[in-house]
Amino acid sequence: MRLQPDEAVRRSGNEGGGEEVIRTQGLTKVYPGGILAVDRLDLSVRAGEIFGLLGPNGAGKTTTAGMLTTRVLPTAGRAWVAGVDVVAEPALAKQVIGVVPQTSTLDRSLTVWENLYYHGRYFGMPAKSARAATDDTLERFRLADRAKAEVLELSGGMAQRLMVARAILHRPSILFLDEPTAGLDPQSRLALWEILAELHSDGQTVLLSTHYMEEAEQLCHRIAIMDHGQILALDTAAGLKQTVAADTEIRIQAEGDLDDLARELTGRVDGAVDARVVEDTVHLSVRGGRRLLPQVLAAADDAGFQVSDISVNEPTLETVFISLTGKDLRE
Amino acid sequence: MSTASLTASGELAHTRSARAASVTAFKALLLRDMAVLYKTLAMVLVRTAMQPVLLIFVFTYVFPRIGQGVGGGGERSAGFSTLLVAGVVGLSVIFTGIQAVALPLVNEFGYTKEIEDRILAPLPVWAVAVEKIVAGAIQALIAGAFVFPLAALIPSTPVHLHVHWVVLVTLAPLACLLGGALGLAIGTRFDTRQVPLIFSIIVLPITFLGAMYYTWSSLAKVRWLQLVVLVNPLVYMNEGFRKALTAGVPTMPAPAIYTALTLFTVGLGALGIQGFKKRVIA
Repeated sequence: MRLQPDEAVRRSGNEGGGEEVIRTQGLTKVYPGGILAVDRLDLSVRAGEIFGLLGPNGAGKTTTAGMLTTRVLPTAGRAWVAGVDVVAEPALAKQVIGVVPQTSTLDRSLTVWENLYYHGRYFGMPAKSARAATDDTLERFRLADRAKAEVLELSGGMAQRLMVARAILHRPSILFLDEPTAGLDPQSRLALWEILAELHSDGQTVLLSTHYMEEAEQLCHRIAIMDHGQILALDTAAGLKQTVAADTEIRIQAEGDLDDLARELTGRVDGAVDARVVEDTVHLSVRGGRRLLPQVLAAADDAGFQVSDISVNEPTLETVFISLTGKDLRE
Repeated sequence: MSTASLTASGELAHTRSARAASVTAFKALLLRDMAVLYKTLAMVLVRTAMQPVLLIFVFTYVFPRIGQGVGGGGERSAGFSTLLVAGVVGLSVIFTGIQAVALPLVNEFGYTKEIEDRILAPLPVWAVAVEKIVAGAIQALIAGAFVFPLAALIPSTPVHLHVHWVVLVTLAPLACLLGGALGLAIGTRFDTRQVPLIFSIIVLPITFLGAMYYTWSSLAKVRWLQLVVLVNPLVYMNEGFRKALTAGVPTMPAPAIYTALTLFTVGLGALGIQGFKKRVIA
């Protein structure tokens, strides 16, 4: 059966459809020393979807990806990729996954070309098809002119492109990307996003872990917000934002006791549903308020605060994260 | 749920059994290691040859020439040269095994965990470890074969070699596998930052007390040492190589040599494979 790209996209929609390619059941990891990294995780990812794990560092995203890719042994629970039990049959599971880890795991003893070629051979391609696949993939990822370069000569962005190229060379059912754009310059990040969008239009299933909300919002169909090894919310970006009671978020910077300011604003501004202090800024969530800026400025003034900066925003995934955990994604 | 699944292109992702995929991946890993070896062959050969060539040059060329022949003069010093040839082959094999396996692991387990790309190849993790041993053994075999002619040609005194082919072709691969297994055990069981230190702590005693400059039976005069060195795998390798390359030099009985080499290979191999798994799977 052949899955057409547009069909893959349609089938990956939020409401059912695509075949389930990742499933976990009570997946748990406790590291030596009793550190609970992943806590009874139940996950289901469908074919053709880009699924995001969004959360701060230490939320359990990397451990989750590690268990699904056979590099971390679960303490409890089970996990399947493309129907293969990753604990019972790790060697079989490795045939169907492609992995881009957080750090560069390119083979430094080999050239750019050889990195792809030998990867193809590991995955059972005969010499001729491995050569052809390598040439094609280098072309597609705009690395053909660096074919003979040593991997240490590559820029960060190019090395990351090569990692993605290598991970998809053997046509995996699922591509795992762990913080793929961390440490990349904005241009390289955009280039990688374009590549992922292209892979998606070919029907590639992707599990992406990130702590950049823009990345999750830009790329992912469904996003699981993770913290302390648990999924706190799971929906599309739009769906997640609807869970926040507010439709507007106002950020205020001012001198003085910000907790006090937060309380004052909640009481004085029409439609205010919540106010939190995040670092040195008050985040005020409002629903259906009108003429908000003058109201906020007047309220702050009445309470004796000098506002130094103010901005009006739509709720972001960060707003959702803060409303779920009371803390910033960057913390 | 079936084990087949759709890929991007709609093809079946894994139509191969785990066993078939593992065998192919194992061969491909070996191919990769041989390609890297080929690229660095000149460097590897220089590194391999340096120590034995100097040893042989000083002990069997310079010393007899300046009248400080080890083992006395004349025929006895020829006897020493003969004895040393076998020892030097054994030394090169064990040294290369350690260098070829343990040293790259320092990088591969290092900060970036470069080894992960091979861990994610579709074969069991233990098989990746076994491949390391085999690749190390192949390199050790090349080293031994490269050093052997040098060891036979450099000495100024005559070298009387009698090759026992049956012993040589069975013993050499076993000794090489042992070198690879020792390398894996060292590379996985010690903190990667300590590996250079391991050379002084483990490798030097192994070589100096490895019955290289003397036969094991001659240690009878220092009985306690003769017993202590039995924990040294190089002793059996050198005794074995003397059995394979010389005549009239007393050696341990063949069954003892083969049994010890096999046990050391299996034991160190198991230690190394377990250590490897601990390193790469959390």
